[in-house]
Amino acid sequence: MTMKTLAAKTYERQSVRNLRKARKSLPRILILLLLVTVAVVSLFPLYWLFVTALTPASSTVRMPPQLIPENPTLENVIEMIRISGTGEFDVPLTGWSIKMPRLLLWFVNTAFITLFSVGFHVLFDAMAGYAFAKRKFPGSRLFFWLILAALMIPGQVTLVPLYLMISKFDLVNSFAGVILPGLADVIGIFLLKQYMQTLPSELEEAARVDGASEWTIFSRIIIPLSTPALAVTAIFAFQRYWNSFLWPLIVLQDPDKFTLQVGLSYIHTSEFGTNYGLLMAGAALAAVPMIIFFFAFQKYFMQGLRIGAVKG
Amino acid sequence: MTNQTMPRPSIFFRFVRGWNKHKWSYFFIFPSMLLFSIFTLYPVLRAFVLAFQKVDLRGSEWAGLANFEDIFGSKLFWSSMQHTFVYAIFVVAAWLLTSLVVASLIQPLPNRIQSLFRGAFYLPNVISIVVISLVWIWIFEPQFGFFNYLLGLVGQEPVRWLQNPRIALWSIVLSTILIVPGSGVVIYSAAIGSIPKDYYEAAEVEGANALQKLIFITIPLLNPTTLYLMVIYTIAGFQIFERVYIMTGGGPINRTTTIVQLIYQTAFSDFNFGRASAQGLILFAIIATFSIFQFKLLSSDVEY
Repeated sequence: MTMKTLAAKTYERQSVRNLRKARKSLPRILILLLLVTVAVVSLFPLYWLFVTALTPASSTVRMPPQLIPENPTLENVIEMIRISGTGEFDVPLTGWSIKMPRLLLWFVNTAFITLFSVGFHVLFDAMAGYAFAKRKFPGSRLFFWLILAALMIPGQVTLVPLYLMISKFDLVNSFAGVILPGLADVIGIFLLKQYMQTLPSELEEAARVDGASEWTIFSRIIIPLSTPALAVTAIFAFQRYWNSFLWPLIVLQDPDKFTLQVGLSYIHTSEFGTNYGLLMAGAALAAVPMIIFFFAFQKYFMQGLRIGAVKG
Repeated sequence: MTNQTMPRPSIFFRFVRGWNKHKWSYFFIFPSMLLFSIFTLYPVLRAFVLAFQKVDLRGSEWAGLANFEDIFGSKLFWSSMQHTFVYAIFVVAAWLLTSLVVASLIQPLPNRIQSLFRGAFYLPNVISIVVISLVWIWIFEPQFGFFNYLLGLVGQEPVRWLQNPRIALWSIVLSTILIVPGSGVVIYSAAIGSIPKDYYEAAEVEGANALQKLIFITIPLLNPTTLYLMVIYTIAGFQIFERVYIMTGGGPINRTTTIVQLIYQTAFSDFNFGRASAQGLILFAIIATFSIFQFKLLSSDVEY
């Protein structure tokens, strides 16, 4: 009896599948068409950014607009570099300064702030994540609870107190003023703790028996085993710092110190603010590193999102 | 006997022993906790103090509830609340809908095409809001902008997207929802992928069509995911700032001012730090309500 119903069910399922195949081909084309349309709309602003940046200035303000640039040129980028003026990058701790066009200077400033922040961020988050995941110590629950609570606090709450603190310590208009408060972000600790908890403890214990120092255990065992989670933490931190706007806008006041995002908003409000060819050329310079970064690390972006979705 | 002859270790001794045992643990959390205390914990506590003070660049004095009275008596505060809520509600609804639709349309496709689409939908989301907003200003440009060109093609009068006080907020909403949220697509798509295929096959045997499967199987099973996305998108929606700051600066005639834009103006144009702190706390209260929600959601065991 069971055999019979099973056979009947299999038959039913097969016929359903065949029917589905026959009916599927047309809807599938429609679905693809719909998806492509939605993707085109979604990607259009980005496309338009590059088209405008590469269109000669005289053709930007023309009707109908050129959907595909007829004579793509870098003249907007060159002009943008020219009109932004020159500035000096003070290499920290050396007293040297390097003269360069301001647009490139903003790029260098952003890269400097971002790399510094990401480096320290990942190191400190990994250390704390390891302590919370693998070590038992008095107060660990209290400290971890504090971190969880901090995740709820929107950055705008601390905006004014942080600004007052930064001006008291004379860090307004300095990279340290941008970087230091940014390092207090705790989301990475949470993510790394979750990941490190899943690592087996045997290796650590074996190393401890062999007399390895606690720092060696951390740097030689925990860090290599956590590479995927560290990569995810670093990548999201990179995106956050590279694109960061409100805090650098408040801290940085001298155009020579601006980051790209702050510089762009500065140009937007300047006399060149309505020259969209130039504006888009500058914006493209801010967008390109993120796009390259995305294509290089797409896998980790997707992984990070899934970890986030399951564990917050 | 031994108990009587051997005294209990002194508090000092126990402290030293505990310190030796745990010093490495404290070493590992020290940098994070130091930064956290200086740049998060202290400023949060300070914000609570500042909110009850009259503060400017010269100094501070106690003001009781004056800041809150000023805020709740100000028209601009209520209109910026209204703008923020309108923005958040429409954006969250649209984002959830589009990411769910896109994720479920992607699902039946072969794996490679799926990940191609996921990448395409995620890409615009890695670009800074400043850059995206600048492009939108250009698309919204009244004379040569792309949108008015499209309107011209169908014989419509040009619209002053960001200059017309009645339209500006909706233009900002539009600019936000026309880019599909890549995170939603990826997260929904992962969640849909882990729904057992048997459910759908069983439904097919019963003769369910695609829409019925979506409504009776997919959507109910995605509830935890939807809730999660709803909370993070709502929090993000309430914090809208860059788009407004870049695209309209809160104008025309304050018709696009949002809470964070108002905090920024109060603090760094009016230099009224006390009132800005109080506004920050109000935003905190709104967001905390939603975060507690999220907290509950995450601490319960959500499995797909």
